[in-house]
Amino acid sequence: MFKSKIKSTLVASLLAFGVSGGLVGNFNSAQAETYQLDTQGAHASIQFKISHLGYSWILARFNKFEGQFEFDESKPEASSISITVDTASLDSNHAERDKHLRSADFLDVSKFPTATFLSTGLKSVNEKKAVLSGDLTIKGITKPITMDVNWIGGGDDPWGYVRQGFEGSVVIPVGEYGMMDMGPSAQEVEILVFFEGVRPKG
Amino acid sequence: MLNTLENYGWLARLFHWSIALAATGLFGLGLYMVELSYYEPAYKTYPSLHKSIGLLVAVLMIFRLIWRLINLAPLPLSSSAHSNATAIKQVLEHKAASMVHFLLYALPFALFLSGYLISTADGRPIFVFDMMEVPALFPPSKGMEDTAGLVHEIIAWSLAGFVVLHALAALKHHFINKDRTLKRMLWGEQEPSQKTKSVEKNNLTHDKKPKQETLNIRSTP
Repeated sequence: MFKSKIKSTLVASLLAFGVSGGLVGNFNSAQAETYQLDTQGAHASIQFKISHLGYSWILARFNKFEGQFEFDESKPEASSISITVDTASLDSNHAERDKHLRSADFLDVSKFPTATFLSTGLKSVNEKKAVLSGDLTIKGITKPITMDVNWIGGGDDPWGYVRQGFEGSVVIPVGEYGMMDMGPSAQEVEILVFFEGVRPKG
Repeated sequence: MLNTLENYGWLARLFHWSIALAATGLFGLGLYMVELSYYEPAYKTYPSLHKSIGLLVAVLMIFRLIWRLINLAPLPLSSSAHSNATAIKQVLEHKAASMVHFLLYALPFALFLSGYLISTADGRPIFVFDMMEVPALFPPSKGMEDTAGLVHEIIAWSLAGFVVLHALAALKHHFINKDRTLKRMLWGEQEPSQKTKSVEKNNLTHDKKPKQETLNIRSTP
């Protein structure tokens, strides 16, 4: 996983190099930069929220994931993102429930150790908001989804890097991903992502 | 109350049968409760019943182990060996029996520990019948519940296998060897009248037919 990260970063920087070197005029100096999700500093989190009996919400998160995205402020439609989640890192702050959620009744993490999201397109709504479409794979089942995303902000950080921050959420029917039926109030789960991407300046 | 070299005292028998009953129940309950769907009323009560009974059996097992260690263990019953092959077979059977007996004491403790570690993996205590709280003794450990859960399941099935083997062996003693192995765990010492009778009978048979299989001569393995 780490290796492929390096590889795709390399590809992206070569592409970026090609763009900035040869096609500057055509593309109006637009160049997508590759950002790594800042999981190192934990300025990124993937959570999910599901109803408990219709009375309240359970919030849980995945402690391990990684991802990267291409983003250019002046050309947001060219953005893309890929995220890989370690499903066993699920944490709902309750060991017995986590054990159950990792079992074959739900995520079946020994068989499907990762869940992935690969974007396929992005449509801007306004300066800050967009709709991101992509393929979400959970438990080996891939479905196209569209996710509302919000660009929170970005720019230089004090330590020599550039950061861009986003949030997004999507509601998915759990039944479609082979999860056990937990009753009428728990047919849908909302996935919430908040993250900063980081890249070296320049 | 005490065991003798021939018989189990009532306390040992009480331990044996109460734990046998509870362990069988726990096994069935454990298999059943994990299949319950979320809206079943038993979804919450059965697992807590399983934990509560499990912890009580753990305490019983500690006392049982102590009782076993400070007490005599009745010797295995043997038929008279009239050939080398039979003698070797018997020695092997006794060895196998004591190995299984060892496991029937050891595996439950591994089961208690692994079960305890599932429920306390995040530092939560276990409630015994909502009356007593058994605290988590180990620091919370991520992923502990999964490892402990797998171990718990594997050991439960292994223990069930050895219990079946143990029961089959007891039945073999009863129906094939026709000796007192099962009876002495069920009823302990024979009634005095029967006892003398059987001793007389044995002595009689010993004189007349020394090669008979059903003869009750004790031998140390």
